[in-house]
Amino acid sequence: MLIKKPADIKSSEITPERVYRNRREFMADGTRLMLGAAAAGVLPSIANAQNGDSLKARAPAAMSRSAPAPWWQEKFADIKPAPDSEPFYTGETLTPFEDVTKYNNFYEFGMDKSDPSANSGEFKADPWSVEITGEVAKPGSYHLEDILKPHALEERIYRLRCVEAWSMVIPWIGFPLASLIKQFEPTSKAKYVEFETVVDADAMPGIRSRFAIVRWPYREGLRMDEAMNPLTFMAVGLYGNYIPPQNGAPMRLVVPWKYGFKSIKSIVKINFRETMPNTTWNDLQANEYGFFANVNPAVHHPRWRQDKERRLPQTLFSRQYTDTRLFNGYGDQVASMYEGMDLARNF
Amino acid sequence: MAKLIKSLVFVLALVPLVLLVLRILRNDLGPDPAEELAIETGEWSIRFLILTLALTPLRRISKQVEFARQRRMLGLFTLFYASVHFMVWLSFLLGFRWFDIVEEIIQRPYITIGFSAYLILLALGITSPKAMVRKLGKNWKRLHQLIYVASVLAVIHLLWILRLDIGPAVFYGALVAILLGYRFFYFLKARNSLHRHS
Repeated sequence: MLIKKPADIKSSEITPERVYRNRREFMADGTRLMLGAAAAGVLPSIANAQNGDSLKARAPAAMSRSAPAPWWQEKFADIKPAPDSEPFYTGETLTPFEDVTKYNNFYEFGMDKSDPSANSGEFKADPWSVEITGEVAKPGSYHLEDILKPHALEERIYRLRCVEAWSMVIPWIGFPLASLIKQFEPTSKAKYVEFETVVDADAMPGIRSRFAIVRWPYREGLRMDEAMNPLTFMAVGLYGNYIPPQNGAPMRLVVPWKYGFKSIKSIVKINFRETMPNTTWNDLQANEYGFFANVNPAVHHPRWRQDKERRLPQTLFSRQYTDTRLFNGYGDQVASMYEGMDLARNF
Repeated sequence: MAKLIKSLVFVLALVPLVLLVLRILRNDLGPDPAEELAIETGEWSIRFLILTLALTPLRRISKQVEFARQRRMLGLFTLFYASVHFMVWLSFLLGFRWFDIVEEIIQRPYITIGFSAYLILLALGITSPKAMVRKLGKNWKRLHQLIYVASVLAVIHLLWILRLDIGPAVFYGALVAILLGYRFFYFLKARNSLHRHS
């Protein structure tokens, strides 16, 4: 067996340096980009450059979603940086942009972790519309631009814990789901929110697989109080920029105290309902995936132990097992919602 | 000539291992290298198992005895890749937490099944030297027919790991079904012709 001599500096300490450099690079590229945009007649606000300095994390210059519509650029010109304290921020080492965007579970694009980034080249996230249905005062099909219009974007750095026992730390850009929900005025009958992912067979090879044992579209849901919790986030970007297709472009849910599969990607439908919705994984294997799917080190999944997690990126010869925390460490914000509930039964 | 073929097969069978080691050295296994190694070594185990199972039908169809001569070596390579797979799981994924290992094998059905397949391969590997063949006599053949059980267990192990799309399990399952089906029909045919002649 090959045993690498440990480096003087831990790899985990090197990453922020890289992120730091990337930020510098981005700023330089941002200036170039602005000059180009000015030449093309699009006038981005000067805030863009100031923004680049204040955001906690910036992606490398090579952007995953190229040339989005001007309204996207305007939207991203003004982003409130993440605060310096929990829960909307964590000082834990960020998972590098490269890993966040190349290691994904998005089965519509294929089964392997590298498939979504490799196979999503044809995916079009713009223009995009979202259908709002069910127990709501303002149902209808809305262009994403109109949905986003009233919401100021902010940066949040969250832990993401996958049910497969690995985890990441990701700087998202987005807005609270609660403010989106208020925008459409749900009725008193709205007890649950149901979400659906787009089904685009032409751009998503996983949909065309003959051996998929799932009925698309991918569905997820939250109880109304979970949906309204200040932690629950609608992400339209990560690392300071537009969210790439493999991470759920143009808009995806982020529920940091639940296993990753609850955080549904590329949302095209939001349905308000009185009864608990069916969700994809729960439909497939109800004994393995519950509706709540709260991160819980005491309740093991039949396939994966849940008491520890592998914080990514890992190296082979420095195994880093972090203890998994109840509600992924967000207990102060969410535990009260589950008071009196048997978490082992309602997993 | 026979020796040359054997050496060639030996070298070829090492290629997947060399490629994996190169990927480790180049740090080219992605952000979760342990998981990637487990997937790769697991898939190579099942490929070698199927290749080993294919040799007897290939010999019968082609009437080239050379195929049968590679059987023991490829069988041992199956055990080799399965051992690497097992060690990757034990060391990199479980971190040699011995208490957890027993619990994992008992509580996770896909691990129970994978581990059972591995125990079979281990038994076949231990009894593969010529001296053991002589010593076990008639029982040797009976024991080594357990490779059929191991191949079915391996496919179930894979099927159980896959989540939304069972494509790979269908592919390898179909190959195992064809190879076991061939043996079944050969067995029936041989029995029938025996009846006719008697």
